[in-house]
Amino acid sequence: MEDILLLETVERYLSGDMSAEEVVVFEDLRKKNADVDQMVVEHTYFLQGLDKYGVIKSFKHSLHEVEANLYNEGIFDAPKLTSKKMVVNFWNKYKRNMAVAASIAGFISLLTLGLMITYTKKYSNDHYVDLVKELIKTNTDVSKLKNNHVIRPVNEKPEPKVDFRGTGFLIDGKGYLVTNAHVISKMKNIYVENTKGQFFATATVYTDNNVDLAILKINDTAFKVITSLPYSIKKANSDLGEQFFTLGFPRDEIVYGEGYVSAKSGNDGDTTSYQLTVSANPGNSGGPVINSNGEIIGIITAKDSKADGVVYAAKSKNIFKLLDKLKKEDNRYELIKTPVNTNLKGLERTQQVKKMEEFVYMVVGN
Amino acid sequence: MVKKGNPTFLKYFFFVALGYYCTLLRINIRLVNTIEQDQSLLKGLAENDKNSIETIYRLNYSMIQTFVLNNNGSVDDARDIFQEAMVVLYEKSRATTFSLSCQIKTYVYSICRRLWLKRLQQLSKFSTQVESLEDTVTVDEEIEEHEKINNDFIIMEHALGKIGEPCKSLLDAYYLQKKNMVEIAGEFGYTNADNAKTQKYKCLIRLKKLFFAQYKNA
Repeated sequence: MEDILLLETVERYLSGDMSAEEVVVFEDLRKKNADVDQMVVEHTYFLQGLDKYGVIKSFKHSLHEVEANLYNEGIFDAPKLTSKKMVVNFWNKYKRNMAVAASIAGFISLLTLGLMITYTKKYSNDHYVDLVKELIKTNTDVSKLKNNHVIRPVNEKPEPKVDFRGTGFLIDGKGYLVTNAHVISKMKNIYVENTKGQFFATATVYTDNNVDLAILKINDTAFKVITSLPYSIKKANSDLGEQFFTLGFPRDEIVYGEGYVSAKSGNDGDTTSYQLTVSANPGNSGGPVINSNGEIIGIITAKDSKADGVVYAAKSKNIFKLLDKLKKEDNRYELIKTPVNTNLKGLERTQQVKKMEEFVYMVVGN
Repeated sequence: MVKKGNPTFLKYFFFVALGYYCTLLRINIRLVNTIEQDQSLLKGLAENDKNSIETIYRLNYSMIQTFVLNNNGSVDDARDIFQEAMVVLYEKSRATTFSLSCQIKTYVYSICRRLWLKRLQQLSKFSTQVESLEDTVTVDEEIEEHEKINNDFIIMEHALGKIGEPCKSLLDAYYLQKKNMVEIAGEFGYTNADNAKTQKYKCLIRLKKLFFAQYKNA
């Protein structure tokens, strides 16, 4: 109530409704009381603002009315532009956007060009290096898949000094292995290492350079005779297109490969071998070629350095021929008995590999 | 060849001189006419006369529209700007110490140009190089003044929007329409003028609170 009373008094003072006596009393109050004085000033300002608001509001109202009248006359219609003017207008309106867009486009095209130049250069360089490699290789059409001069640290005893590396696999649990003749041809001391990292000293039993195969025997007391091997060796020829997998040691670690029989004869019409399509690298030599039933159908021997993925493998029946010859020469080896049954049939590929890998050996020597 | 004293030459001279004089006279008459017209228009404007407003619209709007359209604006922008310029002109015409030192046309154009320039700057969309085809006068002071008034106007509008009914109508009736309390009491259904007055003051206190709260923030 006090506020209202005060406000009323202030308004009466401002509007001049007060009698002369009242004005004197009120002005006296203003002088004494700063709050009242402040209120008078504030209210004056506020009333002025309210008044101005009202005036402008009514003026704006008139403006709208006039505008509504004029609107019907078409005064506010946008002028019709001729097509030429429209283009000019459009250009004027958007020239900045266009400039930005154009510069972004320019920048991106330059960037793309730069990237393309960089990468094209790289690619052609790679290609060039490849060509040099090929040129070196063309001296021998069929390069032996032998990894020469491998220097590798060996933790296990007997810690042989290793110069060459190939692959071999067991054909008899008593320690007989098959590998390529060229793998061991330059080795004086031969060792084999299984996937568990065990080293065994090995001796050559028989070598046939014609079919490029060799039979090795592990002569190491550490070697434990394996009663049965999970795979068998196929006597018959494989059909064209037969799928197979390979295991070998192009690296220090066993490496899996997959392919198919692409020809029934090998290099230069050699009927003792197949042509395969598979990836093979130096170190794969002597590795088994196993079909999906778990039968060994061949032994990887070489690859064509000119053609991609063209690999040659000795046919598995050569192993039997070799054994026959060996048994004839020396009856000590009469007891060699190749595995007849495969128990890899119908297994998943990963299971087949798991069961097989411990019988595939790295053949190393110096 | 024209020889001295040739009557034909004198005749020519006479006509040329007469023509020149007439032209001067016409320009003079038109100038006087314009000034007189402007003054009567401003007088009408100060009184919120719709005919004057309409005349000013007719005489000046198309020029402003062309200007705005040529400077990256639309028809709606032009209407907005012109309205604002009209308010500025109205404020000026109402001022007691008012004198327009130039034609309405120049003044309106200057105001619009300045306002449009400001708006473009706020949008910061385009460079502030605005082509000017007409004469301009300095209107920075007016624009500044107008902005202050406009700001107060917006705050007051906002505060009035917030207090709600019947406060808004009550205050509107008393302070804007200047009706007396007895009239208002009858219109709003108060038993007597004193009740209406008490209610009005309550509303006023609320409005003041709202207004000054915003005013201090702004």
